[in-house]
Amino acid sequence: MLAQMLGTMCDRGPDSAGFAVYGTPRSGLAKVTVQSPAPDEAFSGLAASVGGAVGTEVAIERRGSHAVLTVPADRLEAVRDHIRDQHGTVRVLGAGDAIEIYKEVGYPTEVAAVFGLANMAGTHAIGHTRMATESAVTTLGAHPFSTGPDQCLVHNGSLSNHNNLRRTLARDGIRFETENDSEVAAAYLTAQMGQGSSLGEALEKGLDDLDGFFTFVVGTKNGFGVLRDPIACKPAVLAETDRFVAFGSEYRALAALPGIETAKVWEPEPATVYFWER
Amino acid sequence: MTYTNPPTVPRKSATFDDYTLSEIRRAASTGIYDIRGAGAKRRLPHFDDLLFLGASMSRYPLEGYRERCGTDVVLGSRFASKPLELKIPITIAGMSFGSLSANAKDALGRGASAAGTSTTTGDGGMSREERSQSKMLVYQYLPSRYGMNPEDLLKADAIEIVVGQGAKPGGGGMLLGQKITDRVAEMRTLPKGIDQRSACRHPDWTGPDDLEIKIMELREITDWQKPIFVKVGGSRPYYDVALAVKSGADVVVIDGMQGGTAATQEVFIENVGIPTLACIRPAVQALQELGLHRKVQLIISGGIRNGADVAKALALGADAVSIGTAALVALGDNDPAREDEYRALGSTAGAYDDWHEGRDPAGITTQDPELMGRLDPELAGRRLANYLKVMTLEAQTIARACGKNHVHNLEPEDLCALTVEAAAMARVPLAGTSWIPGNGGF
Amino acid sequence: MPVVDLATAELRTLNQALHHQAPGSNETAWEVLNPHGAHAVAVGLNAPVTVTIKGSVGYYCGGMNREAQVVVDGSAGPGVAENMMSGQVRVKGDASQYAGATGHGGLLVVEGNASSRCGISMKGIDIVVRGNVGHMSAFMAQAGNLVVCGDAGDALGDSIYEARLFVRGSVKSLGADCIEKEMRPEHLKLLGELLGKAGFDGIDPTSFKRFGSARKLYNFSVDNADSYG
Repeated sequence: MLAQMLGTMCDRGPDSAGFAVYGTPRSGLAKVTVQSPAPDEAFSGLAASVGGAVGTEVAIERRGSHAVLTVPADRLEAVRDHIRDQHGTVRVLGAGDAIEIYKEVGYPTEVAAVFGLANMAGTHAIGHTRMATESAVTTLGAHPFSTGPDQCLVHNGSLSNHNNLRRTLARDGIRFETENDSEVAAAYLTAQMGQGSSLGEALEKGLDDLDGFFTFVVGTKNGFGVLRDPIACKPAVLAETDRFVAFGSEYRALAALPGIETAKVWEPEPATVYFWER
Repeated sequence: MTYTNPPTVPRKSATFDDYTLSEIRRAASTGIYDIRGAGAKRRLPHFDDLLFLGASMSRYPLEGYRERCGTDVVLGSRFASKPLELKIPITIAGMSFGSLSANAKDALGRGASAAGTSTTTGDGGMSREERSQSKMLVYQYLPSRYGMNPEDLLKADAIEIVVGQGAKPGGGGMLLGQKITDRVAEMRTLPKGIDQRSACRHPDWTGPDDLEIKIMELREITDWQKPIFVKVGGSRPYYDVALAVKSGADVVVIDGMQGGTAATQEVFIENVGIPTLACIRPAVQALQELGLHRKVQLIISGGIRNGADVAKALALGADAVSIGTAALVALGDNDPAREDEYRALGSTAGAYDDWHEGRDPAGITTQDPELMGRLDPELAGRRLANYLKVMTLEAQTIARACGKNHVHNLEPEDLCALTVEAAAMARVPLAGTSWIPGNGGF
Repeated sequence: MPVVDLATAELRTLNQALHHQAPGSNETAWEVLNPHGAHAVAVGLNAPVTVTIKGSVGYYCGGMNREAQVVVDGSAGPGVAENMMSGQVRVKGDASQYAGATGHGGLLVVEGNASSRCGISMKGIDIVVRGNVGHMSAFMAQAGNLVVCGDAGDALGDSIYEARLFVRGSVKSLGADCIEKEMRPEHLKLLGELLGKAGFDGIDPTSFKRFGSARKLYNFSVDNADSYG
């Protein structure tokens, strides 16, 4: 379903695409999604190397330039550190109990096909097609951005104070992979939640601290949230039935969903936090 | 011999110069920012800071009269079925009926048509004078949408979606009450005599993803015939050009900060945007990276004055240039012959920029029937045609000296720079060296 | 009756066929199937044809319409009937942001709700919304009438010029220079006619309030400078 939604949005964002799929968590285990520009080389022996470092068997499942490692949940940080230190060409795109992230440069339908998005299953998922504005068209510059466990963010719009915010967050120890404004938004929310805010509270605070135009969709292990800036020019449509909640930049993206004819369809209000939890 | 203490000469502050002091007093007295017309007046790195190398032993020049040097340019060959075919690489920039008198629009149309080029409407709809006199007319699609209608859209030869202009990237238009006469008010659907502030963003789209859909709609309405230009003010040309191209533009127009306006805050004109010279190379780089240089055409405007400026803009990679202020001067704006009247308005010929007040002695930036009657459209049109011909001849002269049989074959390598600033902005070496400051970084 | 199925036909073919209706053509009723949220459906029409679109459309449906009747049997995306000159566009479902933007004439009817910026910069169009309108509706509205049978969102009529606004329900807040105005007999008559043309019978014009420009921002005064901030 998400693959179809992304396909419809190709002309809005032809440069790159990405998606996050949330599966059902397995007790004691966490998933780490990694990516490499040279996957054949980088992923051979990666599981064994990581397993050696954390002292247990680690499973790896590869999809194209990405792979998902299944590791003990309590050793997530050690895994990240090991990959960073020992496997320079491997980038961690996201990690958590439930999240898997896939993103790549290219036409969205092709990106979705490469990763086999149509056959993935999960409780909820977020996708994005990108028309790059100021930062480079690269794999890491594609959305979603994940800066915290099981968190991810996609963004339509353009922030106007992201450079200052990035510097502030970097001073607080947050690492950035790109020059992208949306990554700053993701990191900002992660930082807020790291200080104990709920996603809803973090989004509320974001209204004060994030300047510019945005429609955000944010995913967590349990659900997803939507927020538009107070001016609310960038498009957003929500659809809700008793079976699903769906978000799109245009109705077009939602048109093929089952039961859309009778769904409650509306546009989110400016500066209002919407949140659904399972 | 008696000895007295020598007096110190009274010294005025460079920071608090006379103009600054007068502006502080004016603000204190009125409580409102200064509004004026024209573009940035401060000194900026410009085309004057570049020189052509010319032919010598390693390059062979062309003969002036016998050997052809082409100047034609086709705008909009990417998607439009009826692109605009100009004889010269100089077009007339958008200037509104309302800010300009009907006679001035008439004269611009006559002059441009005689020279084989186009004129452009402005923030006030398409006037019958301009449509009837302009063989090729570009219809601006602006945030205000004053006078926008499908009939005129179909009458136009091209459509220019205005995202911004060099005098005020990020700002909207202004037309003050003195110039909102009955006819102007009717064309804009506004009450007579009000201070009109037009929007800074388009009412029904925001950002490149929406713009792509807007361009598609305009193409559907006009059956994919008309070239679609996107005009932006010079600020982030590398990104803006790439996004205009991704959104589906046929032509991108970049207006540097010397580009004029009918009326905007002085603080905006002088402090927002980047010089025209600094716009060209990043814009061309974006087109080159997309493989579309010379396929999506680039028009540069803002402070173009003579054939050398034209040749330099083309050498840096533009396909054509656009003139506004210079065209008005050709019509008769700020002519010293009317010095007494400029004095009476508290200005002087060459400095008069209160175009929004509608009291222009030259009859150009006014709606006053008496003043407007001073401008003879036929004569003024001929003056503009002459000026355009001279600019074209000048550009050809330079191109031939560089050994080119078409002005579009001028290259950055034909240029050098007189100043470090211009060398960095134009990405050409400082004269006599091979040094391009900042080369390698962007 | 010509039927165009957008699942198989090109949008360009549809629009060009509609543009080139010969005067006096008998093909005055068209039906469009499977729009699936497509953009720019039935734009730039210039003749008194009726186009019924079975399903929801994307951006700018009925844009720059002249004379034609366009019916969307579904919902409409942003900018429905933008810059309409004459004729009628009817949306049976909801309309997204910018409905009727910059319209010069004709009638836009939204049977559901309209989103933000409904009637932005309107220049003479009549817009009748059965449900609610979102924030910043009638922003910089220059002329024409906006009728809202439900509620209006924040900043209604901000920087309004001479357009007339009629709201039956609540108004969350009024924008700069927009005030409530007296409903005089001529307004009641006008409102009754607009509701009638929209087909919303049985709604009492006296249950509406009228809003319009205080005209305080028409010429700059230092006392109003805060409104420019």
